[in-house]
Amino acid sequence: MLLLKSVGRSLAVFLVVTFAAFCLMFRNGPGIARTTLGLSATTEAVQAQMAKLGLDRPLLVQYWDWLNSAATGDLGRSFYTSESVSAALSNRVPVTLAIVIITLLLTAVLSVLLGVVAAVRGGPTDRVVQVVSVLGAAIPSFIVAIALVFTFAINWRALPATGYVSPDQSVSGWLASVTLPVIALLIGAVAGAAAQFRSAVLDSAGKDYIRTLRARGIPERAVVWRHVLRNSAGPGMIALSLTVIALMGGTVFIEQVFALPGLGQLSVSSALISDVPMVMGTVLVFVLVVLIVNFLADLATYLLNPKARAR
Amino acid sequence: MSEIPVEEVAPDVTSTEPAAADGRGGRRSVPAQLLRNPLAVFSLVWLLLIVVVAFGAPWLAPYGPSVTELSATNAPPLTPGHPLGGDTAGRDILSRLIWGSRQTAVAALIVLAVSATVGVISGLAAGFYRGKVEGVAGFVADSIMSLPGVVLLIALYTLTGPNIPAAMAVFGIIVAPVFYRMVRSVTLGTRNELYVDAARVVGLSDLRIVGRHVLWAVRAPVIIQSAFILAAGIGIEAGITFLGLGDPAGTSWGLVMQLAFNSIYNNPGAIVGPALVITITILSLILVGNALSDALQSSARSKPLPPRRRRQVLAAERERLAGTATAATIDEGVILAVRGLRIAYPTPDGTVREVVHGVDLDLRRGEVHALVGESGSGKSQIAFSTLGILPAEALVTGGSVLLDGHDMLADAQAMAQARGRRIGYIPQEPMSNLDPSFTVGRQLAYGLKASTTLSDADVRQRIVDLLTRVGITDPERVMGLYPHEISGGMAQRVLICGAVAADPDIIIADEPTTALDVTVQAEVLELLRELTEERWSPTTWASSPTCATPSA
Repeated sequence: MLLLKSVGRSLAVFLVVTFAAFCLMFRNGPGIARTTLGLSATTEAVQAQMAKLGLDRPLLVQYWDWLNSAATGDLGRSFYTSESVSAALSNRVPVTLAIVIITLLLTAVLSVLLGVVAAVRGGPTDRVVQVVSVLGAAIPSFIVAIALVFTFAINWRALPATGYVSPDQSVSGWLASVTLPVIALLIGAVAGAAAQFRSAVLDSAGKDYIRTLRARGIPERAVVWRHVLRNSAGPGMIALSLTVIALMGGTVFIEQVFALPGLGQLSVSSALISDVPMVMGTVLVFVLVVLIVNFLADLATYLLNPKARAR
Repeated sequence: MSEIPVEEVAPDVTSTEPAAADGRGGRRSVPAQLLRNPLAVFSLVWLLLIVVVAFGAPWLAPYGPSVTELSATNAPPLTPGHPLGGDTAGRDILSRLIWGSRQTAVAALIVLAVSATVGVISGLAAGFYRGKVEGVAGFVADSIMSLPGVVLLIALYTLTGPNIPAAMAVFGIIVAPVFYRMVRSVTLGTRNELYVDAARVVGLSDLRIVGRHVLWAVRAPVIIQSAFILAAGIGIEAGITFLGLGDPAGTSWGLVMQLAFNSIYNNPGAIVGPALVITITILSLILVGNALSDALQSSARSKPLPPRRRRQVLAAERERLAGTATAATIDEGVILAVRGLRIAYPTPDGTVREVVHGVDLDLRRGEVHALVGESGSGKSQIAFSTLGILPAEALVTGGSVLLDGHDMLADAQAMAQARGRRIGYIPQEPMSNLDPSFTVGRQLAYGLKASTTLSDADVRQRIVDLLTRVGITDPERVMGLYPHEISGGMAQRVLICGAVAADPDIIIADEPTTALDVTVQAEVLELLRELTEERWSPTTWASSPTCATPSA
């Protein structure tokens, strides 16, 4: 029941957001046609181009068409290169997802450890974690990225500053090319998620049943890592799903700094030349990834919470 | 909840009491509190400097925003005349940053204005009228929050081209849910307050009530949030411009940084100025926000003292009590003796408040004791201290808890050994004392395994026997249930099981029947009496006068 509701919500968000983005971008039909033709194009040529690209039809019809062909995997063609949008996306998605997934896994492990240790130990450990998470969350990830490029790639020449090596060519080259981007994203992500885990752990550690379990002679380690952690899992999942959204946004900047051929870079370079079908394709992928992650978070919450499961 | 006697001094977020802000009630005023925090002072000075620089750019900047000078092209920092260096076009970076602070500040203010207007109005409406308004607004807010905003800004670029004000306005809408959620929850808390009811009875219009009372309540959280939103605005302006989506003809911090990054190989030092300015400004806003939130909404919960202060307080108390301590003479047959026990809690103003003032207590084998006192008198505190399960912020400032003559307060190891094995604990409120994530059977088994050396099969059999003994007719089924699936009375029976599982010498029952129906109360008391007779173990009830105190 809860899961059905979650799916329904995701579908509604998907339609609303893609429709809004579509209207936003395709509203100015003559403008798009003129951009693709160049400034010197005549009015007749613009009209012809609009008819050719299908921009002269009502927006709702255009959106419906786009949605229908999107369902079959056809997202149209680039206005400039005539490259298929789906083909371009399938080249870019693995780069972005690789970075986001690696960062997410590291974030999960590190922020659980830091959050639990800070909350349970308290004192100086807690203060250090708190200060670091304010710093990490405050500094924009692209400035962290620039600082990393500056230190490791330019000053020390320890790692490649820019560019991407496919794992098909060389696994070690790939690892070297994603290390700095992952670190740049990781700092902000861990800072945010660890703070959330910390407060979730503090919250469940203060519960009455934790005191009672302790009174029964259960050792402190089991109380913390079995009972406190298990009861912090719900808010923890929400923190991680928010982390994914932040990472998807952050990767746009990171790809720019490190010149990685990912989704973010594709969306920026396409936006700069008004390649609307391409931008729309990247929006679609971003929205899909986020919605899938939100659904997975709902699913995990459902599985973790006996009360929700019973219904 | 146990009656931890912490004075409720500070109002929390949902309270509308103005005392916190104007410094009444012995608390420092907000400016005074901010000035005591060196980081906040530094941040405020920096932000003030940025404002002055933005206004005074024409007089302060050494060069115009687009004055080029061939010799300054790609000049490194600390070049004479160009302290932060020059960019690729030979423009002075310091001057560009000074001029750019105007555009950056305007961009951040647009984000703040749009998000605060949209978020506060929708939050007030949703919290005050609820119903459909709240449903729709909630859906929109959740949808917006579940998207990476920067992607929408990129999509927007295809429509507007390089238009930072438009992008910032859209970003304002993207972050508006932050204000919406906060204002909605504060409004929800306020709308049922007595004075809002009174205003309604008097016949004030909704608009006046919202304007006069509810807005007053949300102002502190809105101010705090504004600092964070301004920080986000500066970050996103720099970010969007850095992506190349800014207006190249303008001057802003993000633009200066983008140009510097593009020439990072020719002139690596040029990036330092803009990166530092942006980072320090964002950090300052966040630190000011944190400091404001500490000053305006200090939490009512008592926090653990830092270790050094903790040692100081304990030493001071020991000195104060020196000489008053009673000699620990223990009679024959006493299992557990409490001598001169004192417990204190830190208060928000930095002092400590004693809640248990030197308690002496003897428990003999086979006796039932009742500890009687009104709520808040420290009964639960005494019970917790005999088990070593006081909250982290509590301070035992004096006395001893002697089990068979051995002081467990001085020996954490002995305390850990006694918990569950020698001393069992039955809590006050059954429903909040079972771990909601584990089945009844599993959490009983964890306790039994920790306190005995039984095998898994024996543990299981023992739990079945115990559950049967406390009057649960189908123990096998109940073991597979989660706490939310059983009644309060059954939960209390389960908790009694947990307390007696390892056959302890002492059972401490902390108001074991307060949360139960009268009939169930009688049953539980009867059960405790039977268990006491069967097992010949002494029991104390920490019990308030209103609760039935059983004759012993």
